Amino acid sequence: MCQQTVCLLQAVVERAGVATVSISLLREVAQVIKPPRALFAPFPMGYPLGAPDDAGLQHRVIAAALALLERNDVPILEEFKG
Amino acid sequence: MATYDDLSLHVRLFMKGYPFAHYAIDPVPCARLTKPLGASRVALVTTAGLRTPGQGDFDRSIKMGDASFREIPNTIETQSLVESHRSYAFDRAGIRRDVNLAFPLDRFRELESQGVIGKLNHRHFSFMGSIVGPRKLVESSAPQVARMLSEDKVDAVFLTPV
Repeated sequence: MCQQTVCLLQAVVERAGVATVSISLLREVAQVIKPPRALFAPFPMGYPLGAPDDAGLQHRVIAAALALLERNDVPILEEFKG
Repeated sequence: MATYDDLSLHVRLFMKGYPFAHYAIDPVPCARLTKPLGASRVALVTTAGLRTPGQGDFDRSIKMGDASFREIPNTIETQSLVESHRSYAFDRAGIRRDVNLAFPLDRFRELESQGVIGKLNHRHFSFMGSIVGPRKLVESSAPQVARMLSEDKVDAVFLTPV
């Protein structure tokens, strides 16, 4: 449900005129709900930025997500490739 | 990578039967980032059920889910945040060890000091994601947060689930 809540929040914020990007841990949910910009991250539930105490990995995930903010061909669902 | 197959049977059956398609976003909105990220004001939104030590817990007893939110000040000491999510669908050991895993404020502070982003907003927002019946979220609390972000002149929002 967390995935759905993020997608729905994202749509409401984007409709208010603020650009958004989210991390998605379940490809199936993002594919169906279609948030504007999502990075599908190949991590277990509870680990959206990869691993605790791994600032390097967390920064790589964040950078990949922030890069999607430059695109407007919504809905965008990209996969984090490391 | 996480797919339905990685989830417990109980969660999987629930999710397979859950009408996600009912909540499909249509049309998909698109707000453009009108300035470079390095000049943009950024806010974080998480559904990890985090709150500050002084705030009340989310209400885990509401069957359809607690659609309320907590405002997290940008000055918060991240490791003081309390996780009170009701979901049994995820392993919370990671975020209890390092809250940046789901609410990467320390990482964004680093990006702010490096100039990758312009400025962090003075507040961020936390929801408890297990909202099975999202009507109140969509009609009330989400628009409220969207309005606050808009009033704060936030340019970009980064959202994380657990």
